[in-house]
Amino acid sequence: MFNDENISLSSWIKQKGSEDDIILSSRIRLARNLKELPFPGQSNRKQMDQVVSIIKNIMLKKKIKVAGQSYKFNYIEIKKKTPLQRMMFVEKNLSSPDFAQNGYGKTLFFDQSEELSIMVNEEDHLRIQVLLPGLEIKRAWVIADAMDDLIESKTEYAFSKKWGYLSACPTNLGTGLRASVMVHIPALNLSSNMTRLFEVVGKLGLTVRGIYGEGSESAGNIYQISNQITLGKKEGDIIENLESVIRHVIKQEKNAREKLYKNRPVFIKDKIMRAYGQLKHAYSISTNEAMELLSYVKLGREMDIIKEKEISPLLLKRLFIIIRPAHLQSLIGEKIDTSARDIKRAELIQTEINRKGGQI
Amino acid sequence: MLCDNCKKREATIHITKYIDDKKTELYLCEKCARETGHLNDNDGFTFQNLITGILNPDFNDLNKIKESTMECNNCGLTYEKFKRNGKMGCTECYSKFENRLNPLMKKIHGSESHIGKVPQSEKNHLDVKKDIEELQAKMEKVIEDENFERAAQLRDEICELEKKIGSE
Repeated sequence: MFNDENISLSSWIKQKGSEDDIILSSRIRLARNLKELPFPGQSNRKQMDQVVSIIKNIMLKKKIKVAGQSYKFNYIEIKKKTPLQRMMFVEKNLSSPDFAQNGYGKTLFFDQSEELSIMVNEEDHLRIQVLLPGLEIKRAWVIADAMDDLIESKTEYAFSKKWGYLSACPTNLGTGLRASVMVHIPALNLSSNMTRLFEVVGKLGLTVRGIYGEGSESAGNIYQISNQITLGKKEGDIIENLESVIRHVIKQEKNAREKLYKNRPVFIKDKIMRAYGQLKHAYSISTNEAMELLSYVKLGREMDIIKEKEISPLLLKRLFIIIRPAHLQSLIGEKIDTSARDIKRAELIQTEINRKGGQI
Repeated sequence: MLCDNCKKREATIHITKYIDDKKTELYLCEKCARETGHLNDNDGFTFQNLITGILNPDFNDLNKIKESTMECNNCGLTYEKFKRNGKMGCTECYSKFENRLNPLMKKIHGSESHIGKVPQSEKNHLDVKKDIEELQAKMEKVIEDENFERAAQLRDEICELEKKIGSE
């Protein structure tokens, strides 16, 4: 019915990480351009092909050693993929929504674990990305930095002493670094402290975005917190600043959970158990609704309100991804419309809980 | 879920409002969202829009004419196009439009200069430049001492290094 072989999940989804009750993933992205070629927005097809072939020559070796680890890379051309296949890369945060739009020259390189990837011919020639589970922003930087060194040793980057790494969009200029952490903060959201959080975070040069990055909506109490400024700051300081804010957010969320349990026990227990019941018994369920219910079930498991051990953190993280439209349709093996999808989504969630949990 | 407004069509738009820290949520269909003024295709707030906003203050006519003729000789990007979509075209654009970019960078990043990572090749470049300077100082000294043979050697070494980093 649902064929697991039709999807492949990244290691950030399949593996545990530190602080992963609240932190889903850590991501580093470096924007880089090659010196001799115009940026993709001003490139012709031949020039885009050139960039791809330079990167193929570097990446498609039997093994590449990056920061002491061996990686083996594959690549896909976006234009050769179906919209569903492209959307899956967005849903697991390997591709930006823009990059997944059909277009010439766009090529995605990724290793088997999908923790290290490079978008080629996005708005910049290269977007080097590292995605790790949990709060691992420093390790992600070490890997991205080493990958960057390796590419730079074989080609010349667009760089100016004054402005640093040159990017197509001036908002990425300088370090070209975007460090972001995906946080799951249901208790803060319920305590309606979100506007204050956004304000504080903004004052510290950080920004809060939805689950697919800039311009995307939040769902399931999941937000991405990332640095806004890329010029005039050192990479280490950007990462340090982000991590200390994230640690503060973790503390606040934990406090909010305790307070909810202490001050509004009936409210929170009912909210969580209702969510659990709906997930187990709904007949039709939209992505956003499912994300929200999963969020409360995750919260309930972590607050020990839901006791079933089989409702594991990894099962919930997996569900957060595979219930999204492209993954769901790929699991079924065909394209179906929204209302049919909602029915299948309810079925999928129940199958997964039954298979892993067997507790209904 | 059905639209909170018409209660007929599927709600596809989720609006969360915060008024004095009070959260209200609305689920609307696209049609109702448009009719109630909650959806406007032109008000998407993105950094792109922010940049084009910063770049489009009401300049006087002379500036406008000057600007409309600015163009990068390398990739052909016009300043007009940059103003529209907020994206540079190539490495050279940054030198071509440098004067225009300084205030923009200040607004976006609060800074006009990079202090982060430097590519190894650039570092080597800097190291070589330092070596050249040291050799030049040495050469001047041996010339003072009238050790011309050594000076000639040093001159050749300097030439080699200069070749390595390209003539500047």
